[in-house]
Order: sequence, then C-alpha cells, then structure tokens
Amino acid sequence: MGFVLGMKCRECGAHLPVAPRAICEECFGPLEIVYDYDAISRRVDRDALVARGRSMWRYRELLPAGDETILGAEVGFTPLVRADRLATRLGAREVYVKNDAVNFPTLSFKDRVVSVALTKAREFGMTTVGCASTGNLANSVAAQGTRHGFETAILVPEDLEPAKILGTTVYGARLFGIRGDYDQVNRLCSQIADRFGWGIVNVNLRPFYGEGSKTVGYEIAEQLGWRTPAHVVCCMAGGSLITKIAKAFQELQTLGWIGAHPVRFHGAQAAGCNPIVTAVKDGSGEIRPVKARTIARSLAIGNPADGYYAARVIRDSGGAAEDVTDTEIVEGIRLLAETEGIFAETAGGVTIAVARKLIQQGIIPRHDPIVLVVTGNGLKTTEALAATAAAYPVIDPRLDQFEQAVATMATGSRPMAAATPTTIRPLSPSSGPSVVGVVPAAARPSH
Amino acid sequence: MAIQVRIPSVLRRQTNGDESVALEGQTLSDILDGLEDRYAGLKGKLRGPEGDLRRFVNIYINDNDVRLLSGPTTPVSDGDEVTIIPAVAGG
Repeated sequence: MGFVLGMKCRECGAHLPVAPRAICEECFGPLEIVYDYDAISRRVDRDALVARGRSMWRYRELLPAGDETILGAEVGFTPLVRADRLATRLGAREVYVKNDAVNFPTLSFKDRVVSVALTKAREFGMTTVGCASTGNLANSVAAQGTRHGFETAILVPEDLEPAKILGTTVYGARLFGIRGDYDQVNRLCSQIADRFGWGIVNVNLRPFYGEGSKTVGYEIAEQLGWRTPAHVVCCMAGGSLITKIAKAFQELQTLGWIGAHPVRFHGAQAAGCNPIVTAVKDGSGEIRPVKARTIARSLAIGNPADGYYAARVIRDSGGAAEDVTDTEIVEGIRLLAETEGIFAETAGGVTIAVARKLIQQGIIPRHDPIVLVVTGNGLKTTEALAATAAAYPVIDPRLDQFEQAVATMATGSRPMAAATPTTIRPLSPSSGPSVVGVVPAAARPSH
Repeated sequence: MAIQVRIPSVLRRQTNGDESVALEGQTLSDILDGLEDRYAGLKGKLRGPEGDLRRFVNIYINDNDVRLLSGPTTPVSDGDEVTIIPAVAGG
C-alpha cells in the first residue's frame, strides 16, 4: 500500500503491520508510520508536486492514507502571510504567519489530521468515528465525519466555549458533554476505544491522524520557496504538532527537496497549563501532569501524551519553551488582529505572545526569519475578548451625529479601545441624553 | 473488599484476556507487585528497572492520576479502583 512500510514503536523499535492501533504491546510506547523514502523520491519530485491541486493532499506520498479515495481533498494549503506590520511591533525583521485559522472546513489545523484519520478509517472499514476534544477537533470530526457519511461519537468537557459546542452539534453530530476536564474526557475516550470497535481519531487512529500535522511543515517550506525558517514558534497542547513540523522538515531534507539548514523550534503554552514548558525549563524533559486553568481552552491538556517528544524537539533544535498569562494571551490576539487582520483564537494569542517574549529576551534574534503557527480561529473563542472589547459609537442615522462621533473619536486618546462608555454631549438639549454615545461592545447584545 | 484493577486491551494478551482483577495491598507499588506476580508477562511493561512508572503508562486511583498523587508510593485502600491506561492525547 503506497509508500508505507509499516508501523514502528518510537521507544523499543518493534515493527508491526499497519492496523488501527496506537500503542506498542511490548512497551506501551507510541507507534509511528515508516515510509520508503527512496521509493517516494523515485515517484515524485518538487516540480510534479507543485503542479498538483493546492491542498494538503499534494503531499499524499508522505501521508499514510489515500491510496484509493481521499476524504477531504480540499483541506489545507492555508496562507503563509508575510507579516511586516507585526514584525515591526515585535521588533523583528522577517516574520510569517502560517494561518490555519482559515483552514477548510472548520477553521483550525485539526482539519488536516481529521482528513487523514477519516481517510484511514474508511480504508479500515470503520463506520463510526469519534474523538476526545478541547473543541477544534470536535468541530472537524463533526463536519468531516458527517460529510463523509460516518456515524460520530464526540466527547468534550461540558463547559467548552459555546461556539465550539454549536460548531459540533450543527452538523447533527452525536456530541457527549463530559463533566470533567480534557484529561478526564481523554481517559474515558481511551476506554471507549477499548470497548467499541470505533475509529477514535486521537486514540486508535492516532499514528495516522498525527501525520496530517506534517503538512503544516511541508507547506511552510514550499511557501517560503523550498527553504526553512530559522525559527518556528508553535503552541502546544498534546505536543504533537511541533514534533510533526520538525519531522516534515526532516523528511524534506531526506528527499533532497530542501537544504539541511538548522531550524530552532520554540514551544508556546499558557501559564495556566504549562507542563511541556516546565519539562524544558527544568532540564528534565519529563512531563509532570498539571490541572489546567487557562482561557486557552484548546491548549488545556494537563497530561500531554506527546509532551516528552515535544520537549525533546525543542531541546535538540536549540529552541526554547515559554509560557504567557491570560492577559498576555489576549494582548497577543489583539496584536495579530490589529497588525495583520488575522483573528486567531486563544491558542494563536499564546503563540504571538510567546514570540514577543522570546524576541524581547533576545532568545530569537531580531534579524532571523521567524514563522509563527496560528492553529485556530478567533470567532470560536470570542469570550476571551469580552472584557477588553473595543468601544464604538451608536448614533441615529444622521450626518451631523456621524460628524460628531468622528470628531469625538479623533480627540480621544484611543477611543476605540475605551473600556467604559464615553458619552458625547448631545447637539441640543431637545435631542435628549445620550443621543450619541460610545457603547462598549461587551455591553451590547452580541448577536 | 479488595482493590479492583482495570486492564486495558493492549495488555490483555498478558492477562489471558482478564479485563479486571481484585488485589490487596497498602500502596500502588503493592498492587503492581501483585499484578506482576499473577501475570508474569506484565513485568517490565508498567515499571522500569528502578520501579518507576513507565513514561507512556497512565495509572489512576479512582479519578486521580497517580503522578498528581505520590506515584508508586501512593496509598490505596479497600474499595479503590486502579485503572491502567496507555497515554494518548491531543484535542
């Protein structure tokens, strides 16, 4: 089947045939896919690949599925945005944003992993797919699972952001809200995968699913003109994505498609859930689970299964790991939005804020090319911004009131960011009070 | 009453298909000793040579990850449930 030679344990090296399983029976280590890179390089080259459709599946020889039918052939190939205005604010010279906030179909990088997992689930003959999720994965399994005719079973912490709940149920997916945090949901999902013969994308389909994340790395290299940046800053939840971007660059080097230039990988977490950052900073590389407490719900995994490997990629590449407070996360979201017109979810705020911190600390040199990985869309986590939402004037449909409002905004120090209402004096007493007012967005009905 | 230990499918080849087993002991270490005594094939799967829990094994006492408690030295008492789950995550 294609260019996949089989599966191999990352810990003890045991080889196994391809099957829906994620765990080595010998040592419990995670299984990974083994490819025949010689055969791949004989079959396809950069030029052939560039002529293909602009989706993540243009790299299909490097994915462990899709020999027959690809599910989600439109997913991926999101913009790599040259972010000069952001760079100026960060004090850096060359900054790019890999913008998976506009991935298809559910606006996060999870669309990539789900496309591979469902393609594989179909190949395995599975009819029900599911996941444990902090939200984005739930959305993607719901949308893509429904579209491709699977039954779904999706488990999330019951107190997730409303947009992530709605963005799951709207597809008619079978959603289960669990009274507990993500780590408890995940534990239940492991038991469900054990009991039912379902394709749980991040449990028994995990080795295939995870490979979908490599396409973020392939695309970054291709979009930079077949080269790698000096630095990648990536947010971390389970820790898989940062390792897969590193693996993608490694594979492209193996194939001779890019030069062997060093890339430093920097991992970003929220201060309220930072087990991988702690493992890097204390030098142990070992993960000590934490109870997550952060507005970055999509990163709130206290016991990250790939944390050990993420810490190792960071350390081996000469990178750093850093965490940021909830306040800094919101600043990161706003900074990206105000400079580049990209509205990232809280996890993206983590990436931006950590990049700012590492540049300020001199850990990332200001003249180096930097890629910031934005994994999800801000429209799913608007609650995080409610307290700092910008104010705006509300007026009658009259030109004089508009002129008044513009004048007031021009004189204020920064009126659009005002947290409290700034009332503009009425033009005449008969107009009544507060004809022209500046109302904070948070105080208005949101929909 | 004893302590009920739940075994994941990936280990059931070593337990002759047993999904759970009742064992006695004062600490998690005692329980794991008992488990290895009963199923010799489990030796080395859950713990390294020093008795430390293997990196990719999660063990819960009732609802709590033992790494958030006291690891192998965590006390157990009658009626507790010990659940072994391979590490998987990513959401």
